Amino acid sequence: MNKKYVEQNIGFGALGLCVVVVALTLVVILWDIISKGSGVISWAFLTRPPSNGMTEGGIFPAIVGTFLVTLITAVLAVPLGMGCAIYLNEYAHDNRMTRLIRMSIRNLSGVPSIVYGLFGVVLFVQLMRIGTCVLAAGLTLGLMTLPWTITASEEALKNVPQSFRDGALALGATKWQTIRTNVLPYAVPGMLTGTILGLARAAGETAPILFTGAAFFLPFLPRSLFDQFMALPYHLYIMATQHHDIQAVRPIAYGTALVLIVLVFSMNLFAVIIRYRLRRLRRE
Amino acid sequence: MKHIKEKLIHGLFFFNGFLVVVVLIGIFALLVFTSFPAFREISFKQFLFSSVWNPTSYVEPSYGIGAMLVSTLMVTLGALAIAIPLGIGTAAYLTDVASYRVREISKPIIEILAGIPSVVIGFLGIVLVGPAIAKVFNIPNGLNALNGSILLAVMALPTIISLSEDALNSVPRSFTEASLALGATRWQTAVRVKIPAAMSGIFASCMLGMGRAIGETMTVLMATGCAPAMPRSFLDSVRTMTSTIAIELGEVPYYTTHYYALFAVGLALFIITFFVNMISDTILNKYQIKAR
Repeated sequence: MNKKYVEQNIGFGALGLCVVVVALTLVVILWDIISKGSGVISWAFLTRPPSNGMTEGGIFPAIVGTFLVTLITAVLAVPLGMGCAIYLNEYAHDNRMTRLIRMSIRNLSGVPSIVYGLFGVVLFVQLMRIGTCVLAAGLTLGLMTLPWTITASEEALKNVPQSFRDGALALGATKWQTIRTNVLPYAVPGMLTGTILGLARAAGETAPILFTGAAFFLPFLPRSLFDQFMALPYHLYIMATQHHDIQAVRPIAYGTALVLIVLVFSMNLFAVIIRYRLRRLRRE
Repeated sequence: MKHIKEKLIHGLFFFNGFLVVVVLIGIFALLVFTSFPAFREISFKQFLFSSVWNPTSYVEPSYGIGAMLVSTLMVTLGALAIAIPLGIGTAAYLTDVASYRVREISKPIIEILAGIPSVVIGFLGIVLVGPAIAKVFNIPNGLNALNGSILLAVMALPTIISLSEDALNSVPRSFTEASLALGATRWQTAVRVKIPAAMSGIFASCMLGMGRAIGETMTVLMATGCAPAMPRSFLDSVRTMTSTIAIELGEVPYYTTHYYALFAVGLALFIITFFVNMISDTILNKYQIKAR
């Protein structure tokens, strides 16, 4: 065999090895968490609060807290994100202002999550006097999610053919009528998918909620938006590093990690299903 | 009437769009204003160049970010040293060697990897990577810079792979065809034509991965041991800028010098990531225009 083909085989072999390493990493991560976490999961684990100094019991308040905070995140980030995307894709001309907005979005998505946490502490907890609570944490996460939802929503708007807009405008519809009747109905599934993916990421974030409202342990569920809350990612952090008897609570930590991963992945799956079903609906 | 309504709606959307500029400027402004009082007691020189961070000392508190700056860079560069070859190798395999099916399977794998919350990766650093490092290097515990680098590499990989793949895919077909027609093998074409042609995009993807690694908090907080001293090797426990904020902000009383100093650390972090992202952005823009 020619020497240069020997070289090719070795080279491609090395590249293949990279792929195998990456795939194996994922397998090891999932295998470790699923194999050690699934034994802990039970109905009681999911529906009871922690008990006996958090060495027993379940993670119910953390699950509820994560749902609640993600809901607040969605209320802030979804409408604002979609609105900004509509502006950028439908209204904005390519001028200096538009470029400034685009640059801001790209930079916002690169701001470290802990810096969002600092921002949340000053703006929501102190300046707005909301205090450390689920509302402040949700708003902080909402700001962090904003650039992701904008980018995803704009992607969906770009996929609507220009002829849809031209047709409506030619029939005498105004700009807003065109957007409402001819653009949004086709863009919303994609927008929703991208937005839910962003929310799934927000649900797993810990750093922004560390100082804005997440609590070490609460024996009750938050009763209002101004209560502190327990959250799954923060609970996992506590169980892995801060608990006084780390070895004893290791199984609980594994269980929490598994529940968190399942939650994040099922949100992703939900997003993909929405996209698929709405696409099929449109075709019919 | 209809006209006014249209104008109003347009205005509303513009206001909505402009909001992101306000948020970005707001973050920067609040960080500046909140860290400013710290420099009434700390000199800039001490803050930037001293390597001793000991704000709670009764004798003489000191606020130098030198050690954590070095720690952050060390962990980040270590992560890149692992993630860049792996990421580019994977991207090159997926664009040049992989069959359609492998490519289709790899996409969700990379997405799942990107979707794992950082706190879970940090947890695995404690229970999986830490003990492994301790065993291999025969040291008492594996919570050190190397551990952080490995975990951050895992977190930077999806970014590097998917953006490098995009860059490799947008190399014009004619380049590949010309190279193959001249008798080069597919391997030679990949290494000597495609990768150099896509270099700017690949570089931008690495910078983006770097930005993510610098700003990552939970993984390094959990897996690097967090000893606040100047690290001497990758087997030393390190404390990065992000983990310092995460550890101390929860305990510090509001409106003290220590509190303001933590915001100054946040400001430094913001500025560093801002420039790293700007560089990657500029390259990406330039390169996209060229590719068109």
